[in-house]
Amino acid sequence: MSQQVKTEKVRYNRMGQKIVSPDYLLFEAPRTKHFITGSEAVKEAAKRASVDASISYPITPQSEAAHMLGELWREGYIGVYFRGESEFGVMSEIAGCAMAGARTITTTSGPGTLRAMELFPMWAGSRLPIQLVLMARGINSPLSIQPDNLEMYFLLDTGCMVWHAETAQELFDMIIAGFVVAEQPDVHVPVITAIDGFFISHTREAVYLPPDDIALPPYDPYKAPMPPIDMEMPPGRFMRDPFVMKSNYISYATHASWQFEVRAAIERAKPYAKHYLRGLVEHFGDPEGEVLFIASGTAAAQAKEATQILIHEEGVKARVLRIKTIRPFPTEEVREAVKGAKYVFVPEFNVIGWLEREVKRALYGHTDIPIFGTPRVGGGMTMPPEYIVQEVLKIIGKEVKHVG
Amino acid sequence: MSVKIFKINEELKEYMPQEIVDLEEKATWGNPKRGVMDLPYAKELVEEHSLCAGCPESAAFRYILASLPNPEDTIIVNSTGCTSLVFPHIALHTVHPLFGNQNAVASGIKRVLEWRFPDKVKDVVVIAGDGATIDIGLDCTLQSFFRQEKITTICFDNEVYANTGGQDSGATPKGMEFKMAPGGKQWDKVPMWQLAIDSGCHYVARLTVSSPKKVEQVVKKAIYVAREVGPTYIHLYTPCILEIGLNADQGLWEMRQRDKERFKFFEYMSDEAKEVIKKKKEEGLL
Repeated sequence: MSQQVKTEKVRYNRMGQKIVSPDYLLFEAPRTKHFITGSEAVKEAAKRASVDASISYPITPQSEAAHMLGELWREGYIGVYFRGESEFGVMSEIAGCAMAGARTITTTSGPGTLRAMELFPMWAGSRLPIQLVLMARGINSPLSIQPDNLEMYFLLDTGCMVWHAETAQELFDMIIAGFVVAEQPDVHVPVITAIDGFFISHTREAVYLPPDDIALPPYDPYKAPMPPIDMEMPPGRFMRDPFVMKSNYISYATHASWQFEVRAAIERAKPYAKHYLRGLVEHFGDPEGEVLFIASGTAAAQAKEATQILIHEEGVKARVLRIKTIRPFPTEEVREAVKGAKYVFVPEFNVIGWLEREVKRALYGHTDIPIFGTPRVGGGMTMPPEYIVQEVLKIIGKEVKHVG
Repeated sequence: MSVKIFKINEELKEYMPQEIVDLEEKATWGNPKRGVMDLPYAKELVEEHSLCAGCPESAAFRYILASLPNPEDTIIVNSTGCTSLVFPHIALHTVHPLFGNQNAVASGIKRVLEWRFPDKVKDVVVIAGDGATIDIGLDCTLQSFFRQEKITTICFDNEVYANTGGQDSGATPKGMEFKMAPGGKQWDKVPMWQLAIDSGCHYVARLTVSSPKKVEQVVKKAIYVAREVGPTYIHLYTPCILEIGLNADQGLWEMRQRDKERFKFFEYMSDEAKEVIKKKKEEGLL
C-alpha cells in the first residue's frame, strides 16, 4: 500500500508568522484573554497584520500607541518606522510609503488631525488604503486634551472610510478588518478607525486575542486599482494624460467622475465591512423599544447603560442602534431601525452633533417621529447614564423615578 | 525592474501610439553613461511639454531626464506649480503629492522601496519650484535633509510664483517688484544652497541651466551621492522669461548674465561625497 503524504503549502511573512486568512484570524483562531489598554490593542492588531510601514508624531492621547508601533518595528514586525516632523509631514510620508506599495498604519489625535487635513482627500484621490487610527480628543481653541470627538466631523467627507469602535476589543478587530476591507481592489480607499481618546486608549479592559504567531496575508500592491510608484510596472496612462491640467470639458468631467468614484468605492465597501465587522450596526436592548438611541463609540456604550436603567428601573421600553461605520453610512439599517420607535435620541461626545446630522439626513422623508440630538457633551465632560435617562424622561414627559 | 516594463506586447504593437513604441525602441535604457549628448538621437523621456515657448525650465527638464543614470528605476516626485504641468508628460513613475510636501512623500517612497527591494537601486528624485522648496515646503525639505534621506532634491528657481501669475517668493532678490511685493520685495533672497549644506546635504550645487553638460555632471553626482551617502541638493536658475519681461529667445541670454553673478557656479561636497565622486570617476561614470 503506497502511502501518500498530503502536503499543504504553508506561507510565512517576513517576520516568520504563519499567514492565515482574514476569516481565520478574525473569527476562527482560538483566543486568549488579556487585560490591556486601547493603545496596546493597536499594537496587538498591527503585530498580526503584516504591516510594512508606520510613521509617528507625538500628540496626546495617541502617543502611546505610536510608541508601541515603534517597538514592533524594533522587534521586526514593521519594516519602516520613524518620527516625522509634524502631522502634515507624517501623513505625507505615510502616503509616500503607501504609494511605494506598503501596507501602512499611523495614528493621530485632535489638532494633529486638522494639521494633516490636506492629506486625507489626497490619500483618497490617490486610492491609498492607509489605515489611520484616530484617538479623538477634540480641537482647539481653547487648548484641551480631553475626550471629545469633534475632529471626526471634519473627516467624514474626505473620501476616507470612517469607522468608530466602542471598545478596545472592537478596535483590535476593526484594525485587522480595516486593512482587509480597505485593500479590496474594488474599494481601495483609506480607512480611519476612530475611538474616543482616553476612554478607550487609556483604559484597561479584557481583550481576547488570537495567537501572535499568525498574521494577515501581506499586502499585494499589484492588485491595486492604481499602479504603485515603484517602476516595476508601466507608468499608468493617467500619468501620461493629465486630466486636471487641461481646461476642457473632458478634464472637468474626468475630475468630477474621479471624485464620485471615490465615494462609490466607499459604498462598495459595505458588503466587505458587513462581513468582517459582523454588520455595520449592532442592536441592543428591547427590540420593541419605543425609545431608540442611535449612537457610536463611547456614547453608544453609555446609551446601552441608560437603556438598561430605562428598561429595568423606569419601565420604559428602550433600545440602541450602535453605528460602527460612519462612512459608509448604514442608511438602510437606520431607516429599518426607526420602525416601531416613537423617539430617536442621538447622544454625542461633541458640541456640534455630527451624528445627529447624519441620522437626520438618512431619515429625512422616511419617518415622522422626533429626532433629538441630545444629550451632547464636549471638552472632556462625561455622560453618565443617569444623565441620559433624565434627559429622555424629561423630553418624553415621564416622571423621573429612580435616578437624579 | 527595468526596461522590461517598457516592452510592448508584439500583438498590440501596431495599435500603440508612435511615441510609446519609440520609448521601447529609441530611448536610452540600461546605460548609466547616457547623457545630454544623446538628446539629438535618442527618444526623450519627456513628451511635448506644456510650458511657455522658450521656457528655460523645459530645457532643464530635458537635460535632467537625459542625465538620470538609472531611469528604469528612478521615481520622480514633484510639487505644484509650473513644473506640475510637465510631470504627466514624463515616461517614468511620477507623483504629484501636494504643494510643499514633496520631500516628505519622497522620504516615504525611498524608505519603502529600500525595504521592498533590498537588492536593487531605486533612485528617488524630487523636482520642485522655489515656492514649493523654499517657502511652503521648507519644513519638509529641511527635515528630509536632517533625517539624511537618500534622495536628490532639485529646485527650479525662477525667483517668482510664476504659475499663479507672478508673485514674489522667498527666492526673489531684495528690491525686485512682483505682484505681492508692491514697491519691491523687502527681504533678501533665501540662500537655499547654504541652508542645504547646514542641514546635512552631502552634495550641493548652484548653477543656471545655460550649460547642458554642466547640468548633466551635477545631476549624476547628486544622484550617485544620494544613493550611497545621504541627501543632495541642486539649485538651478530657470528664469521665468514671461514674468521678467523677456522674449522667448532670451532665456539663455538671461541665464548667461546670471552665471556671472548671483548664480555663479558653486559646488559643495562632504568628504563622503568626494569619495563616491572619485570612485564614479574611476569607473568612467562621471
